[in-house]
Amino acid sequence: MTGYRSHADIGGTTGHGPIERESATIVFHHEWEARALALTLAAGAPGGWNLDQSRSARETLSDYADLTYYEIWTAALENLLVEHGVVSRTELDEGHAHSPGDPARRVLTADRVAEALRRGGSTIREPPGPARFAVGDRVRTRSGHVDHHTRLPGYVAGCVGTVERVHGAHVFPDSNAQGLGEDPQWLYTVVFDADDLWDDARSGQRVSVDAWEPYLQTADAP
Amino acid sequence: MPEHEHDHEHDPDDHSELGEMDVRVRALETLLTEKGYVDPAALDELIETYQTRVGPRNGAQVVAKAWTDPGFRQWLRDDATAAIASLGFEGRQGEHMVAVEQTDDTHHVVVCTLCSCYPWPVLGLPPTWYKSAPYRSRVVRDPRGVLAEFGTELADDTEVRVWDSTAEVRYLVIPQRPGGTDGWSEEQLADLVTRDSMIGVTRALEPGAAEVAS
Repeated sequence: MTGYRSHADIGGTTGHGPIERESATIVFHHEWEARALALTLAAGAPGGWNLDQSRSARETLSDYADLTYYEIWTAALENLLVEHGVVSRTELDEGHAHSPGDPARRVLTADRVAEALRRGGSTIREPPGPARFAVGDRVRTRSGHVDHHTRLPGYVAGCVGTVERVHGAHVFPDSNAQGLGEDPQWLYTVVFDADDLWDDARSGQRVSVDAWEPYLQTADAP
Repeated sequence: MPEHEHDHEHDPDDHSELGEMDVRVRALETLLTEKGYVDPAALDELIETYQTRVGPRNGAQVVAKAWTDPGFRQWLRDDATAAIASLGFEGRQGEHMVAVEQTDDTHHVVVCTLCSCYPWPVLGLPPTWYKSAPYRSRVVRDPRGVLAEFGTELADDTEVRVWDSTAEVRYLVIPQRPGGTDGWSEEQLADLVTRDSMIGVTRALEPGAAEVAS
């Protein structure tokens, strides 16, 4: 497979205009946004996709940059529903069912909402082995394009930072998003001096990301 | 004033777009309901939860307790997920919490450059600006400039630390307790703790400012 492209990896890019603040009391701007959020949360049960497949579906929308947040969620949800065989494209286009649903698919009922939200979805897993890095280690991040969903932002790619925290082993998005299994990997907070990220950095600024072990190598490696 | 008052669009130019999305999402809900895959009452419950029950007042309780209870503050440092859960705030998008404390030396600010990761159990759903390209793109590169736009001026020797939430760890900023609040109750203190101060783009309110802000 070639040509995977995320349109969401925008850290450090320019030309996006001013930050538009608004009243802290606003949760949704339109009623449909609330329904789109709720549909997305509820459809995960019958759909069976995982969080990383959801994110991948959103970030690869070709018109991502032109859509509002909940327009992105809605378009990605429609695509996931079709790709996972939950509904047909014809049903989606017509807005009505042509055949009854599969009773084997799970459904989130109103009485189970509170418990489902309270339980959440921990991504901590048994470690695959001992952690390769420890707090204080200098590490260099992976550089270059990978042809699938990943959670290493482009602006830190190929940069040297310091391991600051070790978070245990977590589900590895690069694998999980491709439906290749959870493949748990050690997760670290890696902190960078802004000078090592940007040519135009002011001093006294540091930026951290949370990075899975496969994104990292020791800084002095060739 | 209600914590999450519903806001309606006032710009008449947006009407056609609004109608199109309204129809599209309604059709999706109809289809999934007909298939038996969605319970409309569950959708109502989900919306009600994030519109009225789960929001930044939760996080403000965490911060106020950290300000008044050194044992709780230490617990936040050692295991923020458990400390926060002890107040009843846990679950989706808050499974792995880390609390970071503002000091005179370091000012923390949180972002998710890749999408919209945000600690739902303590702050509710993220504001639009947090999810939008201008903030996500700029705050990792020019955090002082972004903070200045939020009215937050920092001393030259204060380090700025940006936390990009790229995994499932969620960060809650513990702002500094404002002066002039000796002897205040947790409830009084919580009124000084705004959503934005727990993202790190502003400080907590000064005494006397709370009434204006709420």
